[in-house]
Amino acid sequence: MRGVSAQVHAGEVLAIMGHNGSGKSTLLRVAATALRPTRGHGTVWGADILRDTQRVRSAVALLSTEPGVYGDLTALENLHFAARMLGADASPTTLQRALDRVGLGREGGERARNMSSGMQRRLSIARLLLREPKVLLLDEPYNSLDPEGASLVNTLIRETVARGGGVLLVAHDLSRADGLPDRTLAMHDGLLGDEPRLTHRPLANELPVGSVA
Amino acid sequence: MSELSLAASLRGDWGRVKAVAWKDLTAERRSKSNFNAVVAMACLILLFFGFALGPDAEGLRNAAAGVLWLTILFSGVLAFNRSYQLELEAGALEQLLLYPGERWALYVGKLLANLAFVFLVELITLPLTAVLYQVAFPERWLTVLLVLVLGTVGFVALGTLYAAMASRSRSREVLLPLLLFPMLVPVLIAASGATASLLVGDPMGDSRAWIRLLVAFDAIFLVAATWAFQFVIDA
Repeated sequence: MRGVSAQVHAGEVLAIMGHNGSGKSTLLRVAATALRPTRGHGTVWGADILRDTQRVRSAVALLSTEPGVYGDLTALENLHFAARMLGADASPTTLQRALDRVGLGREGGERARNMSSGMQRRLSIARLLLREPKVLLLDEPYNSLDPEGASLVNTLIRETVARGGGVLLVAHDLSRADGLPDRTLAMHDGLLGDEPRLTHRPLANELPVGSVA
Repeated sequence: MSELSLAASLRGDWGRVKAVAWKDLTAERRSKSNFNAVVAMACLILLFFGFALGPDAEGLRNAAAGVLWLTILFSGVLAFNRSYQLELEAGALEQLLLYPGERWALYVGKLLANLAFVFLVELITLPLTAVLYQVAFPERWLTVLLVLVLGTVGFVALGTLYAAMASRSRSREVLLPLLLFPMLVPVLIAASGATASLLVGDPMGDSRAWIRLLVAFDAIFLVAATWAFQFVIDA
């Protein structure tokens, strides 16, 4: 990435579009503290992404392109592990509710290895439901999902925005985003350019929840 | 940080330690592939060393301690690779690193799971060594167990760290023993020295010095590896 500068505000959905290899996912992973930038700076929910990684990780939730689930664990066990790592409620009722919401209510005892890629994707969305992140980072969130799954992602975005959080969404195709992004930027070869459109909803708060420069 | 928030943070990290250990052991219990492979490897090493040393009972007894520790080292190294292989499937490592909490919690969780795994392997290799190498039940068997625990802790402390280091390399299966074994020389010498001495009744009383050395190595390895893990896993 070169000369990238972007801000996401509270109650805002910022979408970043671009071709494969344009640097969209890198930007997202830098914001999530999964990657350390060689230069530049950024903040998420007031925390510095270089110096205060603990606070950043407590505030963000990343839906990555890979499901990040353990094949030898069942769906419920995967959620149980995630809840314990997040310090969230790991009671069977809460975990089952999360599975029900993503349509995997009957697959709780199924090993993740035996699930289709779409089901694994739903399982990783269920992981996001275990807490209420301040900032949601979504990397190609509609991949492998059927229309019902895409609608689930959009509900998650609406819920985050409704409680004053921010959403940064990267995708090469926003046709399934249901008009949710307030702003859309385009990324080419690691450079971010303005492409103002879709700003149809007033922002809840002008304070940025996150910025990368 | 106030004492209260420090205590809360430590409680949270201890919860993560238990979660990581539980996850690794549950995954292993499900697949069992690694445990079976490691036990088979350990049995083969014990058998082959036995064949190579010949039928002389005295020679076998004298070599038993060294062979036992080499078996633990050679077979245990397979377990460490598997521990991180789990994380590399389906991008789980990135997710693991994005959970809030200190890095040392991940290391200690993996360390505990690897310790449990290697101790289980030892439960099988120990009696097998006694039978194949014609070792009589030692008089000071509790001290032998103590040496086993101390040697294993040192070995697993370093193995867990170096496996994290090698995990992102394509040739990790080759790289891990190359990085790890030279570092294990002090543990191997102290552990096999103490075990050999105890198996013959410790006539010179030198096991105590070896045990003190093992305790010192364990303390250094545990502290250094717990501290260094954050740099290794984030690299």
